Amino acid sequence: MAVGIIGYGAYVPRYRIKAEEIAAQWGDDPEVIKRGLLLYEKTVPNQDEDTVTIAYQAAKYALVRAGIDPREIGAIYIGSESHPYAVKPSGTIVAEALGMTPEIHIADYEFACKAGAEAMFVCYSHVKSGNMRYAMAIGADTSQGAPADALEYSAAAGGSAFIFGADEDKIIAEVLYTYSFTTDTPDFWRREHEMYPQHGGRFTGEPAYFKHVVSAGRNIMEMAGLTAKDIQWAVFHMPNGKFPLRAGQKLGFKKEQIEPGWVVPWQGNTYSGASPNGLTATLDSAAKPGDLILMVSFGSGAGSDSFIFRVTERINEVRDMVPKLWDLIHGRKFYLTYGQYAKFRGKIHLNPDV
Amino acid sequence: MIVPRHYKEMPQRYRLQGNRCKACGKVFLPPRLVCPCGSEDLEDYSLSWKGKILSYTIIRTPPTQFKYQKPYAVAIVELEGGGTVQCQVTDTSLEEVEIGKEVEIVFRKIFSEGEAGIHCYGYKCRVV
Repeated sequence: MAVGIIGYGAYVPRYRIKAEEIAAQWGDDPEVIKRGLLLYEKTVPNQDEDTVTIAYQAAKYALVRAGIDPREIGAIYIGSESHPYAVKPSGTIVAEALGMTPEIHIADYEFACKAGAEAMFVCYSHVKSGNMRYAMAIGADTSQGAPADALEYSAAAGGSAFIFGADEDKIIAEVLYTYSFTTDTPDFWRREHEMYPQHGGRFTGEPAYFKHVVSAGRNIMEMAGLTAKDIQWAVFHMPNGKFPLRAGQKLGFKKEQIEPGWVVPWQGNTYSGASPNGLTATLDSAAKPGDLILMVSFGSGAGSDSFIFRVTERINEVRDMVPKLWDLIHGRKFYLTYGQYAKFRGKIHLNPDV
Repeated sequence: MIVPRHYKEMPQRYRLQGNRCKACGKVFLPPRLVCPCGSEDLEDYSLSWKGKILSYTIIRTPPTQFKYQKPYAVAIVELEGGGTVQCQVTDTSLEEVEIGKEVEIVFRKIFSEGEAGIHCYGYKCRVV
């Protein structure tokens, strides 16, 4: 039985801050950031946006492309490290707002930047097992980097939603293979009640990101009996602009195979929505019927889920039904000063309301 | 305590679920029990998420929950297919807010109840 994505959608906010603006605040050289990390600007959530509203909009677009009744969806799983509540699911709000309740299974996932891919993995398995007809996976985040930390140049807002199903006439991208590679690697974390995450600096590179991403990519390709020459497009988790290009290079991919989903220089790292947004951007732009797409997520802590998809003819029917991610990234946007950004992100200590 | 009220109003605030008079066709959000035409025969109706600004005002001295968003616009939006909603205009510069401008309704956090209360979500509009 073929199982795959039958609807997908992405959303990023309209607000942006440029690398130059952050660099000017902290006395960094913006050219070093832009050249070293390949990060030019990032999305910033409006004051009324959070993981729930981003997940909602991505899911709404996915429903349009799927063309199904929301009440037929058996599960909604939202992966994020910035759920608005410590206790109370984001998924219930999104499901209620989209008219999916009450006969639905809901859970929120968390695994640093790979929680969205986790949700995809479980939704795929639900449909594959025959447990439910459709299941929706969302990766969305409004993550924070500490002021003056290198993460402040990358931590952005956005996300993607994918509906999995087995209706052959609806499948846009069939899942051919899945694989997971996970170890206990303390490269990045945030303790309870802490506002900003901590990370292991350079330790986040080789033993964390590259070990997991390259292993998950290499092993799934071996499992499938494929090489980088057999796969048209590749999406790797994008903590900055440089890492996914280098991971792709280690696996034999050319830059041109990564570029359709390489949104990070203009979007930033949308954490749980990073590799999902890369997949969406690839489906929105370069993917043609018959193409294979490799997607490898990465979540600190640490693990990678990898997928190989085969694109179907249906991509041409659904692509233009809703706004495409590249258009949202390069479309209407408002640039913030650092002061406005600090207010939007709640970085300023204020007196309590009286 | 805002929880019971927010919970009760979810259908209209989350999904624009109003109603329509079967006699004269007028659309209401929030839903009404009796139409001004006198009819009590109303049916459930989901309002459109697209419309145009019918009128607006700029808020420069907002209530406490909105004080860090000032200045912002509040508009009356005439929706395609009937009905109007009054809501905040978001993701839009004040210079762009004009009568007749096309807007889309978006799902947003309207306010949070203090430091530890619930987040109240609902609809706003933004210029497309």
